[in-house]
Amino acid sequence: MKVSLEWLRELVNIKLDGENLAEVLTRGGIEVGSVESLSEGLDQVVIGQIKEMQIHPDADKLWLCRVDTGSALLTLVTGAQNLLVGDKVPVALAGAELPNGASVQEAKFRGVVSQGMLCSAEELLLDQSVGLERSEGGILILAPEAPVGEHVADFLGLKDSVLDLELYPNRPDCLAMVNVAREISSLTGAPVNLPKWALAEKLGDKLDLPLVQDVKIVIEDPELCFRYAGLIVEDVKIEPAPEWMQRRLRAAGVRPINNIVDITNYVMLELGQPLHAFDRDKIQGAVHVRRAHAGEVLTTLDQVERKLETDMLLIADEMSGLGLAGVMGGLDSEVTSGTKRLLVEAAHFAGVSIRRTSRRLGLRSEASNRFEKGINPYGVLATLGRVSELLLEIGAGRPVGYVDEVSYLPPLAEVTLSVKRAGEVLGTEVTAADVKGVLDRLNFEYTETQGLFTVKIPSYRSDIQIEEDLIEEVARLTGYDLIPTTLPAGDLTQGMRTPGQEIRRRLRQVLIGAGMNEVLTYSFTRPDTDRKWGKAEQRIALMNPLREELSVMRTSLVPGLLEVAVRNLSRRNTDVAIFEMGNVYLSEEETLTKLPQEELRAAGLAVGKSERHWLSPVLEYDFYYLKGVLEELAKEFGLSFAYRALTGEELLHPGRSAAVYLGEQRIGFLGELHPRTAKELDLERAVVFEIEVQPLIEQAGTQVLVQAIPRFPAVQRDLALIVPKETPAAAVVAKIRSLGGELLQEVEVFDVYTGKQVPEDRKSLAFSLRYQSLERTLKDEEVNELNSRILEGIQQEFAAEWRK
Amino acid sequence: MALCQIRVVPRVKSRPFRGMGFFLGSWVNMLINKCNEQGRVSYLKEEVRRIEGQALAELEKAESLEELQEIKVRVLGKKGSLTAMLKRMGSLSPEERPVFGQVVNETRDRLEQAWAEAAQSLEEQALALRLEAERLDISLPGARLKHGHQHPLTKVIEEIEDIFLGMGFQIAEGPEVESDYYNFEALNLPKEHPAREMQDSFYITEEILLRTQTSPVQIRTMEKLYPQLPVKIIAPGKVYRKDDDATHSPMFHQVEGLVIDKGIRMSDLKGILLNFSRRMFGPGREIRLRPSFFPFTEPSAEVDVSCMLCGGSGCRTCKGSGWIEILGSGMVHPKVLEMGGYDPKEVTGFAFGMGVERIAMLKYGIEDMRLLFDNDLRFLRQF
Ligand SMILES: [Zn+2]
Repeated sequence: MKVSLEWLRELVNIKLDGENLAEVLTRGGIEVGSVESLSEGLDQVVIGQIKEMQIHPDADKLWLCRVDTGSALLTLVTGAQNLLVGDKVPVALAGAELPNGASVQEAKFRGVVSQGMLCSAEELLLDQSVGLERSEGGILILAPEAPVGEHVADFLGLKDSVLDLELYPNRPDCLAMVNVAREISSLTGAPVNLPKWALAEKLGDKLDLPLVQDVKIVIEDPELCFRYAGLIVEDVKIEPAPEWMQRRLRAAGVRPINNIVDITNYVMLELGQPLHAFDRDKIQGAVHVRRAHAGEVLTTLDQVERKLETDMLLIADEMSGLGLAGVMGGLDSEVTSGTKRLLVEAAHFAGVSIRRTSRRLGLRSEASNRFEKGINPYGVLATLGRVSELLLEIGAGRPVGYVDEVSYLPPLAEVTLSVKRAGEVLGTEVTAADVKGVLDRLNFEYTETQGLFTVKIPSYRSDIQIEEDLIEEVARLTGYDLIPTTLPAGDLTQGMRTPGQEIRRRLRQVLIGAGMNEVLTYSFTRPDTDRKWGKAEQRIALMNPLREELSVMRTSLVPGLLEVAVRNLSRRNTDVAIFEMGNVYLSEEETLTKLPQEELRAAGLAVGKSERHWLSPVLEYDFYYLKGVLEELAKEFGLSFAYRALTGEELLHPGRSAAVYLGEQRIGFLGELHPRTAKELDLERAVVFEIEVQPLIEQAGTQVLVQAIPRFPAVQRDLALIVPKETPAAAVVAKIRSLGGELLQEVEVFDVYTGKQVPEDRKSLAFSLRYQSLERTLKDEEVNELNSRILEGIQQEFAAEWRK
Repeated sequence: MALCQIRVVPRVKSRPFRGMGFFLGSWVNMLINKCNEQGRVSYLKEEVRRIEGQALAELEKAESLEELQEIKVRVLGKKGSLTAMLKRMGSLSPEERPVFGQVVNETRDRLEQAWAEAAQSLEEQALALRLEAERLDISLPGARLKHGHQHPLTKVIEEIEDIFLGMGFQIAEGPEVESDYYNFEALNLPKEHPAREMQDSFYITEEILLRTQTSPVQIRTMEKLYPQLPVKIIAPGKVYRKDDDATHSPMFHQVEGLVIDKGIRMSDLKGILLNFSRRMFGPGREIRLRPSFFPFTEPSAEVDVSCMLCGGSGCRTCKGSGWIEILGSGMVHPKVLEMGGYDPKEVTGFAFGMGVERIAMLKYGIEDMRLLFDNDLRFLRQF
């Protein structure tokens, strides 16, 4: 809502300037988005009169004008072709900084110096309608009465500031100037000076005009239209509205059209009730308020033919539609220069219906906005009273009578407020006098008995329905600053994470400690890549996505990581080790009838290598890097993962990928991208993993049990074997373990070799074995014996050869 | 070493007069013997002196510990030249033997000391050489210890969690794909309520949508905990709205807070949030409440914190006002308490909600929200 300060000052006696008023309103809960001075950039633009005109001697498209600015006679060059000698025009003097950002200097045009600039409406960011019609497409030509030498801003009444209110949906009343004035009065104590029409419920809900019989209103759908009233006007004379009214409309961002349309808009801004004027001579028979018929069409004022649906509310005569109720009038019943008689509509439509219609048609207007948020049902007739008054005042027509059909009038609310409870809720002392003070400033009527107030809520404040609403009014008007700071007095509570929350946090720390960077990607993604990596058959699609790339809920975290990796590599970030922990969304249902499953996963991706370093070796990311990360992760939670070869995998390298198991449960996978996949994405040798987090949470060891440090020395033996190339090292380790018995404490692979020193189909594996007893010092002989037994067993099982 | 030689010489000179008090019986024989003995003793002593002199000279010249060791073995070792002198003592008279033995032992002591001194001096020289040789370019960078970085948003969430855990809050969670009932209706936002337009939602069906706020966790928590008191939770998480520009992301993060108990006051809300603001933005911060509107709180308040950049004097970040809006809050609306199962006549509560992106942007001076979801490693590695 744009509020002109000049207009506001007529309704409430405030001395504050725009900025200070904005602060008061904002602190009072009515947020002011901006304060704009209408004369900004116009301080060096004055009114001049053209005394002489001649064509530029060297350019036949340019005019040289001699312009009187009161204090001087300037030569100004212009290319505009719409001027006549005697015209009053805006002259930007040298040094002016115009509203559109241009700065004006003396400048030569083909050898002739222009001592300033003649301005068009656009250059001054003004509406063309502030000037004569001849202004179209050229220099703005002001009315003949414009005083030469004066500032254009003064003449056009632009010494005004406009406050842009950003209203919350609970205060639609502030879409009316009179209620903004009331609000300011409540906040500052300044007295209001409102037209009597603002006090709707005091007027007895009737007009000083006869109720006419010859116009019949039929409300066919009382669910969607609670009231429909109309003012009958004769002897209409269509003209421009008076300058003051046009100025106020412009300040509010409404374009002046003619006196009739302008009056309806002006009164809507003033009192908050949307109005619409029909040319009465174009209405045939009774006015019906009904739903559109199937297939019905209506051409609206903006000359667009609209296809209507059967739940849209229509104003129609016996023949056809006259307008879309509360949204926009029809072209056929529009007020034109030839209009003689009017029906001015003031109605109360159901906001729900108006919102649906305006959304469906993509048509939003000042009127639809007000209906959607809720109008004052008691103000309908009063508004027509105000229209009638203005019509007479400016001589635009003669009101002769009115019609009024009411199907529902909501009762006025009464709300009780306990002084004690107000204090208890706010945590500060509130007295009956405080409450009285607030209610008086709000101008609410009330009665009080023993700290219990019964308050009559005026019709324009429909947001106040319960005691808490009144408590907020008390806090708001006494100031939120008066509320002290305390802490809750109740029982002490312990703040701690659940084990699951703790494990998630540790998981993140392990991955970070292992060198991976955390990323966050959107939960919605592209259907095509998600189909590859996720479970398309369990996927959920959005009904109204922002765009195709964000149209389905992800069923895998991998596509997001791939995208991040590609983006980083394209920016020459060549060391990419990233992970994400987040949900995937799965449902068994085709159409959701219950909430889907949200499964927490962790996924990682590594590609490229670390930057060169003069000392530390370059780390090239591969399968074993990410496997190491997963092993570290398992160890952190006292678990160990098993890795089993994947079969039938198309996205991963068949020889460099594994399913990850926790016990017998498959929890995810690990692998290098298949060369085909890698080539497509330009992610050569990238490795990825994705695992479910919940199994870790369920099985994680929550407690560490310390093992005693052995008192007796360990004996170390190395064992090098040449085995067939495809022999899994883990199988050899497992065999060694089983053969070594309880004295064998640890087996580690410390070297893997393929190359010249061994046959082509074989590889060398070297293990370090640690023997130790908890009870005694081991003898060399028994270790040797164990070692040879192991060697023997391995040789048999794996066709291994001892490498001495 | 020259000192040792001076000490030795006078003693040797006095020796001829020593045997003068021996009895006269076999005087001549004795004299002859004596003369012979005298000659052998002095010869041996002379030999010892020569060995000593030579050893000292060699010690002085030695340039390495190996050389020193070699000298030690050659002179003082089991088969060394000085040790050999003791073996030649057998030819001496019983009286002369101890005297000579003493001479040899004293010489050994002196040589050993001299050797130790020489060794120490050589060790020091060697150490000095080593230290010089091992000098590093301390200006070179240290070894690379690779670790990753946490995303600024999860980092801020954990920080917020820690602050509230410290004030006795629990962390609650709820689904991101939510029903219309929990996301709107139970929060006093019935269908067709104009306030629903404040949040443009992503729908999956007419009744199921991506939650637009973390507030539905309020209702879920109340339903779960009723009739427990007090309820004291925060609920961090992802939320979704149909916006996408420099200041809005279609997915973003909120942290919701909810406290319900007998006698909870708006001043308690103010106290908790003041505490939070000071822990999050610095001990000197102040907060102020401004009236606002949320369908699920009444009274409602927008909370501003005094600008952490200019301290309140006004700057670009706070648009000159000295205050920065950080969260929305209010007293839980009686209808919402009822929806959650609690009796608004018995208990009151407060709730608040903050945008994590906004707090991260303020805290780290991030100007474009899109950076937070762009995941450029040059950005992420700064956290
Ligand atoms: Zn500041």
